[in-house]
Amino acid sequence: MQKLKSQPDKQGHFGPYGGMFVPETLMSALQELTAEYDRARKDSKFKRELDYYLREYAGRPTRLYFAERLTRELGGAKIYLKREDMLHTGAHKINNCLGQVLLARRLGKRRIIAETGAGQHGVATATVAAMFGMECVIYMGEVDMARQALNVYRMRLLGSKVVGVSAGQRTLKEAISEAMRDWTTNVRTTHYILGSALGSHPYPMMVRDFQSCIGREARRQILAKEGRLPDAIVACVGGGSNSIGIFHPFLADKKVQLIGVEAGGRGIRPGDHAARFAGGSLGVLQGTRTYVLQNTDGQIELTHSVSAGLDYAAVGPEHAWLRDLKRIEYTYATDDEALRAFRFLAEKEGIIPALESAHAVAHTMKLAPKMKKRQIVIINLSGRGDKDVQQVAEIVKL
Amino acid sequence: MATNRIDQRFAELRARGQKGFVAYITAGDPDLDATRRLALAFERAGVDVLELGVPFSDPLADGVVNQLAAERALKSGTTLPKILDTVRALRADGCRMPIVLFTYFNPVHRYGMEKFVPDAVAAGVDGMLALDLPADETEPWRKLLEASLLHQIHLIAPTTTESRIAAIAKQAGGFIYYVSREGVTGMQQQLATNIAGMTAKIHKHTRVPVAVGFGVSTPEQARAVAQHAEAVVVGSAIVDRVAKLSAAPDMVEQMGAFVKSLVDAVKQ
Repeated sequence: MQKLKSQPDKQGHFGPYGGMFVPETLMSALQELTAEYDRARKDSKFKRELDYYLREYAGRPTRLYFAERLTRELGGAKIYLKREDMLHTGAHKINNCLGQVLLARRLGKRRIIAETGAGQHGVATATVAAMFGMECVIYMGEVDMARQALNVYRMRLLGSKVVGVSAGQRTLKEAISEAMRDWTTNVRTTHYILGSALGSHPYPMMVRDFQSCIGREARRQILAKEGRLPDAIVACVGGGSNSIGIFHPFLADKKVQLIGVEAGGRGIRPGDHAARFAGGSLGVLQGTRTYVLQNTDGQIELTHSVSAGLDYAAVGPEHAWLRDLKRIEYTYATDDEALRAFRFLAEKEGIIPALESAHAVAHTMKLAPKMKKRQIVIINLSGRGDKDVQQVAEIVKL
Repeated sequence: MATNRIDQRFAELRARGQKGFVAYITAGDPDLDATRRLALAFERAGVDVLELGVPFSDPLADGVVNQLAAERALKSGTTLPKILDTVRALRADGCRMPIVLFTYFNPVHRYGMEKFVPDAVAAGVDGMLALDLPADETEPWRKLLEASLLHQIHLIAPTTTESRIAAIAKQAGGFIYYVSREGVTGMQQQLATNIAGMTAKIHKHTRVPVAVGFGVSTPEQARAVAQHAEAVVVGSAIVDRVAKLSAAPDMVEQMGAFVKSLVDAVKQ
């Protein structure tokens, strides 16, 4: 099982997945970034600095909270919540942004760009750009700008420019394309802080590494609290950064079941969901070779999820590989299930989860009751739901 | 053994001491019948290589002109198999102009490279330029491509390092497309700087002809670029005009005349 923890190859291939499928204009910048990241991760000064900001600025370590009432209500396994929602800016995204902004500084780049779906990554990027005094432009699909208006305003408050993207279905995928166009044009001065374990090498590896603090902490914390490892860990999978972040330090622990939950939307029919492993096939999109929702002509299909952060047609390449190796299982939760879980966690634990994270809660609501009381499940509560309240209020009348 | 039409054409140009002109249009914009008629008009106008854009839902290297063209092409029902049919029809019509499919990798990947390469050659395609398939990622298909009559057309950009140029030059066939500016496809007021410096660098590593494109849109610009390379590529300016003229009954004739003005500028 040791090989599961190994790095991708030099070109970023995880088995047949991953790689660097980008226009030539970006290749040198990506190779430069790969080399600098390689130097940085061996540099104790970089590690100390990153740890400092994660602790003092972002608020790490996050708590591993025993959800007593949720456990009782579901009547099965003991449930712990890894409280990434407690971080500054409200989600795990800040872990990666801090790492990448420090890298951008090492590379001498003073301009930052990013894409955002739900707005959590955009807010985290705008935050670190503000703190480090860098110019920042965030690309966001117009549909997402409407459903996540609060985050748009937050980014602007933080001094970033938010550019609406009106192409295609006007969500995360189009925002990534537009960010890549900007990067292609301004590659010499600009660093692109990609927000998920997606895209061309080195992003899937680098973002995973920056998010792996979640899993390292959770492992230490559960051993301290329970004296043993959990039986299962559940996390939602959009691009897949919070999930790979919590899963990765557990890969060698074969007895720990790892479950990724994709967005089932309105059901597994083309255009109605974003569950790549349920309805996708091997393709190449936005820099990487992975499972993609596409039609028989290789055109990317429309996606749908109530959660903007999961509403994307491709999944991070390492997930595809770990699925092939049968180390991680993938399932999905529908919009309705996620909305029920959103309310359930609010009512039972006084915690409003992000709609993304609610997908992980939804699956746990099915899983935990079937488990024994002495068994343990950890949910990665990747973000808080403040940003979603307005949207949910329009769907669910109280 | 049969030769590739691109190689043949550049050999003829070299013998005549002439520069080449490469025209780009999006296949299926406004529909594939128009594409076929435009191709024939372009051949009459003296175009040396036709790049046919395969429309893709997520064209991340394209500016707005080509993005909209791809949208129109997809709306008109254009698919990769239908584009191959169109090339086959052109060859049946006697078209001898070299044709390159300019594509994002996914439609070809989905079709399957093992099937695409022989099908494309059989239809009469001479080259494949996959924007997001850099030289570093071609390994799984290199043997297949090398054994075929289909050239993979490689890109070099202003940001490409000298060591990458050397590696790309080793794989190059047909011609090398030098992307003269950092950015996406589109028309520009001014030409990029240092085109001469970069084409000279590429020429140091290979005798494969270099075609320069991205941001070339007027006869004057085309003429200036032709000084430093074996060929000039014009794309968005043609695509933009196709869009504006698409309702005109004499669209094909007008486009033929416009392209001829570009060809003439390069051939002077």
